[in-house]
Amino acid sequence: MSKKLRTRNHKVVLNRSAGGDFGITVFLVVFGAFMFIPLYYAIVQSLKPLDELWNYPPKFYVVKPTFSNFGDMFKSMSSSWVPFSRYIFNTVLISVGGTFGNLFLGSLAAYTVSKIKFPGRNMLFSAVRLSLMFTATVTAIVNYMTMSALGLVDTYWALIIPAWGATLGMFLMRQFMVSGISDAVLESARLDGSSELRTYWTIAMPMVKPAWLTLIVYSFKDLWNTGASTYIQSEQLKTFNYAISQIVSGGIARAGVGAAAAVVMLIVPVTVFVISQSNIVETMSTSGMKD
Amino acid sequence: MSENAVGKSTKAPKPVARKEMTKWQWTWKEMKRNYAAYLMCAPYFLIFFMFTVLPVILSVFFSFTVFNMIEPPKWYGLNNYMRLFLDDEIFIQAIMNTLVFAVMTGPVSYLLSLFTAWFINELPPKIRAVVTLIFYAPSLSTGMTFIWKILFDGDSYGYANSILMRLDIIQAPIQFFQNETYVMPLCIIVALWTSLGVSFLSFIGGLQTVPKDQFEAAAVDGIKNRWQELWYVTLPNMKQQMLFGAVMAITQSFNFGTVVNDLAGFPSVNYCAHTIMHHLQDYGGQRFEVGYSSAIAVVLFIMMIGSNMLVNKILNKVGQ
Repeated sequence: MSKKLRTRNHKVVLNRSAGGDFGITVFLVVFGAFMFIPLYYAIVQSLKPLDELWNYPPKFYVVKPTFSNFGDMFKSMSSSWVPFSRYIFNTVLISVGGTFGNLFLGSLAAYTVSKIKFPGRNMLFSAVRLSLMFTATVTAIVNYMTMSALGLVDTYWALIIPAWGATLGMFLMRQFMVSGISDAVLESARLDGSSELRTYWTIAMPMVKPAWLTLIVYSFKDLWNTGASTYIQSEQLKTFNYAISQIVSGGIARAGVGAAAAVVMLIVPVTVFVISQSNIVETMSTSGMKD
Repeated sequence: MSENAVGKSTKAPKPVARKEMTKWQWTWKEMKRNYAAYLMCAPYFLIFFMFTVLPVILSVFFSFTVFNMIEPPKWYGLNNYMRLFLDDEIFIQAIMNTLVFAVMTGPVSYLLSLFTAWFINELPPKIRAVVTLIFYAPSLSTGMTFIWKILFDGDSYGYANSILMRLDIIQAPIQFFQNETYVMPLCIIVALWTSLGVSFLSFIGGLQTVPKDQFEAAAVDGIKNRWQELWYVTLPNMKQQMLFGAVMAITQSFNFGTVVNDLAGFPSVNYCAHTIMHHLQDYGGQRFEVGYSSAIAVVLFIMMIGSNMLVNKILNKVGQ
């Protein structure tokens, strides 16, 4: 045990051994390398000019970096009659449309079940909590039938509308609201004659910014990664992620372009995450399975 | 709002006195009084019930029928389940693979998330943010899975093959994703690579909530090292996050079929990485045997919920 008290995240840290510090550092470096190397390799691949991609053995660094792969991305699917930008447009449209619907409807529902005492609210929330325990795989078949009954198969709506009812962001927002919004403030607003809708919009929502940023990140991330879907058959409605899988199946000749597309695919959610990281961590401090 | 405030305070509805009424009358009164609340949450819950709750209920019903989406469903009793468990060898293989995936990825990913979050918690905030991003980034994009396909490409341009060949460990390139020996282990590794997601962030958030003075108090009380500190101070304080993280990790661990699709294709060679999810995809999405595939979905549902409940029970006992 080190005798000196060191300053770290919290003011005084006791009980730290040099051996433990060393072990933890080794773990973080090794595990961090495992996590980072594939990302690094993707970036390197995306910057390699064609002749370096064909180098044997493949190199772990790039000699003459070029952005031409990113430009070629738009030409690479020339065999397909849908322009590459269309796939990106589809993904952006689905992600933005789904996220905002989920944000609005989800936060409204989260506010209602956490801050208005009405019969049935605990049951409703329990259903949401239970839904975290299984995935969309279970619901896929019936949802396909529902979509075709509604005539939504092969439209953007088939991907957007279910996203409005996504549960993770709503769940986290509700948990954050329970402790994040003071009931006394809401009560005085109600006594002032503010309607519930108005209270939600002008008082509750500004108080839970971390929670709605978290909802945006999760909803956006899920929708952004939408790949081939049973709901979508027309080529012109397919997504960016689907296009990448088509490019990558082209093998080594397309490796640079594939990596470039994968990097673009990653950069967008990473940027969204970096902007909101501290807010997400704050929201997560109230996550929990309790009522 | 202040301009509305004058003289309108009587407008706020008063809670109904409960005394003179039966329980149902009271509930009904309360429902009428809060009609705005129902309207406000109706759009969300309508969509939620339609695409999340209803499918589960209907799947249970369809699983007892024969249904091909054209003719109306016919009652079939337990025959779908009999066929699944007694007559479908590939399904048994799928259950085994799903369990291997879940057991290998769920607990490992949970512990990796917990310990990594704990280890980086003591780094200075700026560095911690960067390190968090490195660990979290792989889970942000499923598109990144493809880089593993390039790293483990089947010809000599694959990075793994080229290294192994230069070191003379192998003579000819290995078709990693066409070879039964390698598909499952590689898919598990890649699944783990993408698995530091929601639970990881939840642990990071939870660690921030542990009151700092408790560490100092614990040190005075004779906590000797960081492991004791973790066990006696940190974990009891973040129990809620541990439960939530477990749910996230377990649910995710049953859902790694997509990784197999991306890496080994569908169906994987000789069904060696065939999971329940793939079986469902096969019968539901391609053969349109709704009754049979609903039975598969129900089995998957029970496995997911069951393991979540079980682990929740166990974790609830820890640290009491």
